[in-house]
Amino acid sequence: MTDLKRRNIVAALAAAPLAVPLLTQAQAPDASSKFKTIPSRERIRQRYFPNLVLTTHEGRTVKFYDDLVKDKIVIFNMFYAKCEGICSPITRNLARLQQMLGNRVGKDIFMYSFTLKPKEDNVEALAHYAHMHKAKPGWFFLTGSVADMETVRRKLGFVDPDPEVDKDLSNHIGVIKYGNEPLERWGGCPGMSSPEWIAETLSWVDWPKNQAKLKANGGAK
Amino acid sequence: MAYISKRNRKKEKDRQTAANNRAELIAAGFKRRDLLKMGLLTSAGMLIPKKGLSAHPLNTMGAFDDDEPNSPPTTPFVENMPRLPVLAPVASLTPAPTIAPNTAAGEARTVPHQAFAQFPPQRFYELSQQAGTVLMAPAGELPPQTIWGFNGITPGPLFVEHYGNLGNPGAGSILVRQRNNLPANNGGFGLPSVTTHLHNGHTPLESDGFPCFFMEQGQFYDHHYPNVYAGINSTHPGTGDIKEAMHSLWYHDHRIDHTAENTYKGLAGAYILFNEFDTGNENTGFRLPSFGDGQNPLTSFDIQMVFNDKVFDNDTGLLRFDLFNTDGILGDKFLVNGKIQPVLHVSPRRYRFRWLNTGPSRFYQMFLLGPSNSTKSFWQISTDGNLLERPVQVNSSRFAVAERVDVIVDFTNDAGKTFYIENRLDQQDGRGPTGDVLGAGQGNKILKIIVDGPVVADNSVNPATIPAGTYFYGFPNTNDAPRITRTFRFERGNGQWQVNGQLVGGCNQAPRFAIKRNTVEKWIFQNNSGGWQHPIHMHFEEFQTLSINGNPPASTGLITRGRKDVFRLEHNMEAQVYFRFRDFVGRFPLHCHNVVHEDHAMMVLGIIDDVGDNKTQP
Repeated sequence: MTDLKRRNIVAALAAAPLAVPLLTQAQAPDASSKFKTIPSRERIRQRYFPNLVLTTHEGRTVKFYDDLVKDKIVIFNMFYAKCEGICSPITRNLARLQQMLGNRVGKDIFMYSFTLKPKEDNVEALAHYAHMHKAKPGWFFLTGSVADMETVRRKLGFVDPDPEVDKDLSNHIGVIKYGNEPLERWGGCPGMSSPEWIAETLSWVDWPKNQAKLKANGGAK
Repeated sequence: MAYISKRNRKKEKDRQTAANNRAELIAAGFKRRDLLKMGLLTSAGMLIPKKGLSAHPLNTMGAFDDDEPNSPPTTPFVENMPRLPVLAPVASLTPAPTIAPNTAAGEARTVPHQAFAQFPPQRFYELSQQAGTVLMAPAGELPPQTIWGFNGITPGPLFVEHYGNLGNPGAGSILVRQRNNLPANNGGFGLPSVTTHLHNGHTPLESDGFPCFFMEQGQFYDHHYPNVYAGINSTHPGTGDIKEAMHSLWYHDHRIDHTAENTYKGLAGAYILFNEFDTGNENTGFRLPSFGDGQNPLTSFDIQMVFNDKVFDNDTGLLRFDLFNTDGILGDKFLVNGKIQPVLHVSPRRYRFRWLNTGPSRFYQMFLLGPSNSTKSFWQISTDGNLLERPVQVNSSRFAVAERVDVIVDFTNDAGKTFYIENRLDQQDGRGPTGDVLGAGQGNKILKIIVDGPVVADNSVNPATIPAGTYFYGFPNTNDAPRITRTFRFERGNGQWQVNGQLVGGCNQAPRFAIKRNTVEKWIFQNNSGGWQHPIHMHFEEFQTLSINGNPPASTGLITRGRKDVFRLEHNMEAQVYFRFRDFVGRFPLHCHNVVHEDHAMMVLGIIDDVGDNKTQP
């Protein structure tokens, strides 16, 4: 990269949306210390949920944090439509989970499947995949620019520390991450767990008044 | 992240390349402010990885990997290392403990106490798991930290307990009431739903802290710890096998899928056990350095040291936890008993240090760094709290998460000198150590020890003068034929942890395998990976190592013969271990104690019952 020229930079800037807004507006420093006072929920947003523009399988444009995560209970996983490995069983698992969670999906619980192959998985391909798996409202299949989807993958920890292993997309498919954004409770579980068990793990981050209910509907202890 | 200042030429070159690129950008007319505005440069001056502008990949913390630590600077070796406060018993508990779970009163326990009538508790304790505010660095350097701790402190209060005796084996029986007073607001991480494991007591399993036996906010859970030797109801009725004595245990949260964040937030403490041989008094029994009251530096020479590593947010100065990491979390700040890089003043005499690594993911190899980069040897006396046959002189001890090492350090001839406990084991990420052991003075100095205390009498045994042969208890025999040999293969598939190709399953599933009470089993632990290492922990019973990669442990040093409850399963390793499962029944986990791996399902849930099964690869 020693031949970096101004025009390359400008081209790069134009081509790639600035994915990582690490630099937030200055916060008023606490007078008594050299540190900023940033609410932990805001810090989590800054760290993990850049407000990238993504596209749903319905062709809608959404912002990662504002539209998908904020104020919600969410379930994240990674997939790609032509995956012949464990994508399908996990997607079937999630379809059963959606059934089990009933009308709460789309209301306060949302399911997001992010493609690992944004070049292949355009809106049409995603729509087909969603239809094939009988996804109901409240479950979104998402694509975006290659750079943005890569940022989402890394931010959500669907990564392997070994760069060679990391290149194999199948290594990012087996895990589901879940959380309750306003309650700041996050976790993960294997995507091949039983839907009952996934529902139970989700109950741990549910709104306190609902916790028992979700458990009763889903997992048996 | 790498926090040991090992020279990494590739990274140096990459960093130089990034610096060159940055210089070119600036030369091309972009001012630093422009780059900042465009989001191409961080305030720390690192280029954001766009199109190869930086060699450093985005890591899962949402920061950028670099050899530099992420935490704000702190001044080392200013504050004194706290000695852990000893937990005092209470006269009684309200409501009084019951054998059956007291569900009506808010107890979360679901299984009746199985040994309560046989070993009625002689002492009662109450611990409140609650938020607390602590300073981890010298005042003004980091803001006060909100932690979750037992009684609101971290590490939690120290249990100092005693085994029963020949005439009355149940004399040491205690009952600990844990209360969940954690807040709903977690400050960014932590699940206020908990279960406390006593690692690794010979404890009736309803009191053991099974990951699925958690309690919610406002509930309590009574743990009955009989403090008896294994064999009490089987091979050695009425007494238990003294060779199964354990002396350095610890207690910590074990909430299924959420142990890493909860222990990182502070829910861990130490638990020591004395008996008529390891008495805590250097004038009696094995004459190990006296515990005294655990506080007075002139009389207390048996010192618990709880090690952990943490990261602090550079902007807020607050403890930070990587929510979406699945491979392991390393800190760049090293704490002993809750303080970053503290100082301990000692007298010129012998000390017993009890080392415990509470994680989350780091492996340590501790050396004693002396003047002029010299390395001082010391005596290792136990593995995971279990005394060896005799003290073994070593230059270092390696221990992964949850492992314990008790050592005797002889400062008799060191008046006026300064030493450091130094970790020289290189580890770059959660996969485990690289295997490189750094040179003297090149590692992480964790604790400064200054030998400037007054001269005090030392009646403790001098390990150098112990005659050849067994000095402590010796080891139980491994001659009884195993009822079954089982294999556990620890591996990774599709980014998930698996044991024998299976996922943990969940609390709602039937136990994966059943051990028949009062039988012997041989287990084979396999790690076919060259990339990962795992500290494998089995609850309830200690094991003895029969072989490592086909070699008997005697050929790999005396220490590997020691009884343990964590097996450090290194790259491409296969180990055979020997267990006796005695006396009590119930549910248990076998799991990786890299708590991040553990939370991502690197666990098998089994049961001890009176039937057992014949699954050779559960």
